Amino acid sequence: MSDTGKIVIGLIVFLILMTFPIWYNIVNGVTPIQDPEIATQNVPGKNQCVRPVEYMRAKHMNLLNQWRDEVVRRGDRYTEGPNGELIEKSLSNTCMDCHSNKENFCDRCHNAMAVDPYCWNCHIMPSEAAETEMAMSTTPEEEN
Amino acid sequence: MGIDRRKFVKVAGLAALGFAARPPIRAFGQEITGESLEIRESKAGELLSGAVEEIKRAPHPPKNANRWAMVIDLRKCREHQDCTACIDACHKIHNVPSYPKPKDEIKWIWKEHFNHAFPDADHDFIEEEVKHSNALLLCNHCDNPPCVRVCPTQATWKREEDGLVMMDWHRCIGCRYCIAACPYGSRSFNYREPKKFLEEQGIKPQPDFPTRTRGVVEKCTFCEERLARNLWPACVEACPYNALTFGDLDNADDPVRILLHDNFTIRRKPGLGTQPEVYYIV
Repeated sequence: MSDTGKIVIGLIVFLILMTFPIWYNIVNGVTPIQDPEIATQNVPGKNQCVRPVEYMRAKHMNLLNQWRDEVVRRGDRYTEGPNGELIEKSLSNTCMDCHSNKENFCDRCHNAMAVDPYCWNCHIMPSEAAETEMAMSTTPEEEN
Repeated sequence: MGIDRRKFVKVAGLAALGFAARPPIRAFGQEITGESLEIRESKAGELLSGAVEEIKRAPHPPKNANRWAMVIDLRKCREHQDCTACIDACHKIHNVPSYPKPKDEIKWIWKEHFNHAFPDADHDFIEEEVKHSNALLLCNHCDNPPCVRVCPTQATWKREEDGLVMMDWHRCIGCRYCIAACPYGSRSFNYREPKKFLEEQGIKPQPDFPTRTRGVVEKCTFCEERLARNLWPACVEACPYNALTFGDLDNADDPVRILLHDNFTIRRKPGLGTQPEVYYIV
């Protein structure tokens, strides 16, 4: 058993490397997670989220998935807002009206949490969109 | 015995009278309930006299259709061979990129040489004008869609309410079975990242409709998202010559049905049994 020393040294190196994130944070201090920034001031008449803040913080991804399935699979496009008004279940057309600052609202948390949602692989951020020309953005006239 | 000869003859006579009275009563009823017969007759009259008047498109599509279908008047398309209004409108609002390489091509609505589009209807001595023309093609929204049968994730499915063959791009895994199954070439695969390409081209995407992503199959959806807002499909609205007619196949008074009634129409590859719902007046 002449290799005991080497094995012990190896184990110690392994342990140090494994626990590196902990040492690193102890030495450098934990970077605080910045709160997301909500830009609602530009949208008249909209001062409240479609669901309570606590619910949205914890479950917004579930709500978005549910909306997606209802709209795409069942064509069920509208839901009731906080004040009983009708709102479109749409990430780009409803959520981003208020939360138009994707970098400071979505990305800040997602980056800190190291989650990488693929919404924006297809959906259009307000910053990259063109002005609409065709009558797509008409409200659901006489629909409900 | 419950019935004697005298009674039997009486009842039989009444029944015969009833049957004889049926056609005039029905015709009378139609005259009251709708003017469909008159419209058709006058339309037929105009056809005979050579002056075909347009069926005017209503400002909005019908609300509750049971079976969406389209009639394309290729005679009008032939008069304006260079017109691409429908294609431009569709590809613009749906953020369809126009890749330079044919291999990457994404097609929602496109033009194809007549004998490629209708191999069954082609022969050596077909009318010259038709022979060298293009046909306007798009997804046929088949009644019996083979793409739906092969999709392993139900990313494409037939909506039972109105017959649209739908796409759920969230669910598509890019296996391309549907591309192999579709006999019309209506489906395209994203070999490249469309958002990146649009950005390279300096084209800003329309915000109301997503782009797709690499590894996903896409096709025409009959503008399902516009129909939900009570708007005509973009191509129908964009056509300056009213060559595209869209409507409910289940309603005998719909312009689509009137056109089908008054004109001889063909469909693409009917022998395959897919029951395509895009009809062509040649």
